[in-house]
Amino acid sequence: MSTEAFAPDRPYRLSPSVALRPEPFGALVYDFTTRKLSFLKTRLLVDVVHALEEAPDAHAALRSAEVPDGQHGQYLDALAGLASAGTIEVRGD
Amino acid sequence: MSENHTVTTAEADIEEDLLVEEVSIDGMCGVY
Amino acid sequence: MKLVEHFQHGLDAPICLTWELTYACNLSCVHCLSSSGRRDPRELSTAECKAVIDDLQRLQVFYINIGGGEPTIRSDFWEIVEYAVDHQVGVKFSTNGVRITPERARWLAESDYVDVQLSLDGATPEVNDPVRGDGSFDTTMTAMRNLREAGFTGFKISVVMTRHNIGQLDEFKRIADEFDAQLRITRLRPSGRGADTWDELHPLPEQQLELYDWLVAHGEDVLTGDSFFHLNALGSTPLPGLNLCGAGRVVCLIDPIGDVYACPFAIHDEFLAGNVRDEGGFTSVWRESELFNRLREPQTGGACSSCSAFDTCQGGCMAAKFFTGLPLDGPDPECVKGNGQRALELVGAGAPKPTPDKDHSRPGKKKQSGVPVAIGWGPPEPERLPDRACDTSPLAGMPSPKEMR
Repeated sequence: MSTEAFAPDRPYRLSPSVALRPEPFGALVYDFTTRKLSFLKTRLLVDVVHALEEAPDAHAALRSAEVPDGQHGQYLDALAGLASAGTIEVRGD
Repeated sequence: MSENHTVTTAEADIEEDLLVEEVSIDGMCGVY
Repeated sequence: MKLVEHFQHGLDAPICLTWELTYACNLSCVHCLSSSGRRDPRELSTAECKAVIDDLQRLQVFYINIGGGEPTIRSDFWEIVEYAVDHQVGVKFSTNGVRITPERARWLAESDYVDVQLSLDGATPEVNDPVRGDGSFDTTMTAMRNLREAGFTGFKISVVMTRHNIGQLDEFKRIADEFDAQLRITRLRPSGRGADTWDELHPLPEQQLELYDWLVAHGEDVLTGDSFFHLNALGSTPLPGLNLCGAGRVVCLIDPIGDVYACPFAIHDEFLAGNVRDEGGFTSVWRESELFNRLREPQTGGACSSCSAFDTCQGGCMAAKFFTGLPLDGPDPECVKGNGQRALELVGAGAPKPTPDKDHSRPGKKKQSGVPVAIGWGPPEPERLPDRACDTSPLAGMPSPKEMR
């Protein structure tokens, strides 16, 4: 679990203890440490999570995955949830 | 019945809006 | 769409699965769902097990729950566990604790992604040992102490609920808390040797409500493997979990000889999808089996579809119905509305019931007597058993399942 609040101006990545399995409807994400299964409900969110790895911050990942402007708030909320669950974490580079 | 149904539908709508759903699968597949 | 709806239609790969590595067991529990005892000469070799793990890695199966028999008595058990974890397949294994020495407990405490589930069916030896065997309570408690001393926290204590231990629910929880472990309670099925003992062991109708209330009160603190969704009709609060039968949709069983069944409680030809030794391996079985594809189609409620509780209980457990001789589209034998009881009476005591396949019980293992808890045992064990497991068909002389439907 992350103790830090989600900060969209920082770089993130999928946590090393997490496996992401693509599915036709989005993706399943399993955390080997917490043994929780998360369901990413849209392919766009899966694209965003992948984009995090290369993006300088979460805002940039949203743009790179071409999330429509009107949905940025919703996707940042989703990322905040994933960060607090430990699914994604701040990238230290 | 109809009242309950309305509540359920409203809850479903809220869940539809969420992009992430989380469940614990820790107890699954373990048998006896 | 919610996750559970996707699950209903099945996935391209299981979420997790049960893998029984051997039919050999040091115990002979009276409710054993796989009628374990003796090793089967056809069991998968180490290399074959590793090939299955390679398949599971490609499919991104998140974890396997290894059971048996007693899996830890396979000489290559720890090698297989390490191989799985090194290939991104998480492992939980179910054990009676017989091989959890202090040294092994330390190894486990240091291993990431390996979880342990210990079986305990009574909070006292007086309740546990008549079901699991003399001395089995002490064996499991010793294993738990070894894990605690090694600093392994969060392991699972798994209890099969019977009419004799429902009154011990708080005591089980206290034991789990004392060991910083997690309590997991599951439903007794009439599978394996359980077919013979279910009548005497399954919770009484009035205990179902006690169990439901206890589960509602404890919420997500207690794991259930989603096994009690048939109790949902008892109240307005759904039990935590997916409340879905995942058989062939998101879970399955691989048995020691590589046979793939829809569910660990359904070791019978009727629920056999294929074998991992078949061409295409596990992946083909999972994706192409006619049985699995049928289970992923929308299910009709049959006789239950007009019941007000059908949405929450979904007709209950397929295996429980099958092995009590009830139709699969009718009520569960433990239907909380009493429909199962009525259906069982209609089936009648003399009607043929499907017999669990593959009996690996050890010969000469007499059921215990003179134990403090009064449990009436089922029919006596057959006098003569084949020298080797599966030398004779367990169905010899029985009508085929299709005739019974």
